Amino acid sequence: MSGHSTYEPTTGFEKWLDVRLPIVRLVYDSFIVFPTPANLNYWWTFGGILTVCLAIQIVTGVVLAMHYVANADMAFQSVEHIMRNVNYGWLIRYVHANGASMFFLAVYIHMFRGLYYGSYKEPREVLWILGVLIFLLMVATAFLGYVLPWGQMSFWAATVITNLFGAIPYVGEAIRELLWGGFSVDNPTLNRFFSLHYLLPFVIAGVVVLHIWALHVPGNNNPLGIDVKGPQDTVPFHPYYTMKDAFGIVVFLILMSYFVFFNPTILGHTDNYIEANPLVTPDHIVPEWYFLPFYAILRAIPDKLMGVIAMFASIAILFIVPWLDTSKVRSTTFRPLYKIFFWVFVADCILLGYLGAMPAEGAYVIWARLATAYYFAHFLVILPVLGLIETPRKLPESISKPVLSSSGPSPAPAE
Amino acid sequence: MNYDNGLRRFRRGTIAAWGLLVVCALALNIGPSFAAGDAKKPKPHDWSWESGPAGITGTFDRGALQRGFKVYKEVCAACHGLKFIAFRNLADPGGPGFSADEVKAIASEYTKEVLDEFGDPVEVPRAPFDHFPSPFANEVQARASNNGAYPPDLSVINKARAGGADYIHSLLIGYKDAPAGFELGDGMYYNEYFKNKQIAMAPPLFEDIIEYDDGTPATIEQLSEDVVTFLMWTAEPKLEERKRMGFMVIIYLILMAALLYFTYRRIWSDRH
Repeated sequence: MSGHSTYEPTTGFEKWLDVRLPIVRLVYDSFIVFPTPANLNYWWTFGGILTVCLAIQIVTGVVLAMHYVANADMAFQSVEHIMRNVNYGWLIRYVHANGASMFFLAVYIHMFRGLYYGSYKEPREVLWILGVLIFLLMVATAFLGYVLPWGQMSFWAATVITNLFGAIPYVGEAIRELLWGGFSVDNPTLNRFFSLHYLLPFVIAGVVVLHIWALHVPGNNNPLGIDVKGPQDTVPFHPYYTMKDAFGIVVFLILMSYFVFFNPTILGHTDNYIEANPLVTPDHIVPEWYFLPFYAILRAIPDKLMGVIAMFASIAILFIVPWLDTSKVRSTTFRPLYKIFFWVFVADCILLGYLGAMPAEGAYVIWARLATAYYFAHFLVILPVLGLIETPRKLPESISKPVLSSSGPSPAPAE
Repeated sequence: MNYDNGLRRFRRGTIAAWGLLVVCALALNIGPSFAAGDAKKPKPHDWSWESGPAGITGTFDRGALQRGFKVYKEVCAACHGLKFIAFRNLADPGGPGFSADEVKAIASEYTKEVLDEFGDPVEVPRAPFDHFPSPFANEVQARASNNGAYPPDLSVINKARAGGADYIHSLLIGYKDAPAGFELGDGMYYNEYFKNKQIAMAPPLFEDIIEYDDGTPATIEQLSEDVVTFLMWTAEPKLEERKRMGFMVIIYLILMAALLYFTYRRIWSDRH
């Protein structure tokens, strides 16, 4: 999409189609000859991995929806029906359930990669914002999907999360009743959650198209974070990156297969194999592992409304990261101070995840408050200030130089 | 809620980082499960379906499944249902391996209510496609008969409790006399593995409470191990098929990854 198209229709049909709907040209320009920096490392394969994750979730989800019954009295047993009586139903469901975890694992790696290499900086702000939007949609979709089996955790997660909206002044009560379709989490809630859970993945797919479009206008960032200077810095996307991505995707599928085939329930909560019971509250209501950091932030704030605001702000703040970071240097490789703070931030997120899994009492609360404060300080204080006081290391002149002097296929950024 | 009526109808760093993230995820997830109450952590047991690295070669001990079924039928079934299991499942591949005739005989030991040609209810024997009957008509009746406690359905119990099979096994063999000074509730029994160390279920297993058809001595340990194996099968009836398929899938993916890796290196070889 950047630069002029080099596509030459060869067959008669391609020539006929090209002047009517140049879709072959679009694919050719975007995924065949698309000039891609020659130094992308394996962290860049996660875009492709995520596309595969989305496709897997949609395909398995559509099949599950053929057998699932969105009714409070029958949802749980319809899931057991899928596990026992539907041909390969156990496989489809375990791929879908573990696929959600793998999707989040991949998206977190993808996002941290973006943060490390400054992929959100000018001219890729819109690309980054669309990515955060996709993440937000993923969060909503995963939560809605988790409610569908109508186990104890499904029911109580739905109760906790919908009650959060009740904390909004003036309109909260109305929003909550709209989400419930009544006056508590019940059958109408399950029905609308199912409907939305089926809808949102296609919205995600739409935003993914925009995300890729916004990627192809400025082109890929790269581990050095410097601009492409000319053709010597790039390779055509195909076959160079199609093959590298394919390798990365298959390795990722091996990890996913381990969970699906040999440990399919480890990432879920045992309470979700107990049918939903509005009269029995579980000892600890915990979300899936990928929501734990946000759950920790929610519970760290003593005030309910402020907790809800903090939790949503922890995602919303990502939208303005391109303007919070004052450093003009993209890659953290050349930012000696930020490199330390980046890894401290990663550790802080993992700490928040751990605290989200612990009961909200005693020292855990203190730690959660400190970790939450640090989370926001990272964006609001460290990112803006560091860019002003830090002296970055000297940037290489071009991508092709270090590539020529390196022996590896995807050189680690020169240290 | 009744199932019968309702549904009859690479780089090393990259790999290491993935590993690390997964380990973190696991640690986070397992962490809270045992935080509840002051119950003792279940004792790990060597289960037949967990053999091999990561359990990849594990299969059910067929004898244990058949014995465990007998324990369920003659002991547990008095209070606990198994509503997601049809009698026909007892003959499914990867299960206890009863013959079709045996299944028919087992099913016919139970009855169900159907309408006759005049529309009047009559009791007829159950058929292989029928499900196990639940011992109580509803939760209220179940609680009324059990000192207020509700005996859970056992179909997926091994997946519905933190600690899984180890926990159920520890619980079944974990009954003890309450230590001096421990305040035991009315009609409760002391069991360190249960939440708050007291449980409404009376010790269900005693030596020789049933006689095994294959002559295996029916110790409490044996009875428990067998019934927990059976309940693992009811919770995961496709476990053997799943592991077999997983083995093939992962070998296939590893070979494919190797081929893709060498192709990728070959393609990139002109770049350096």
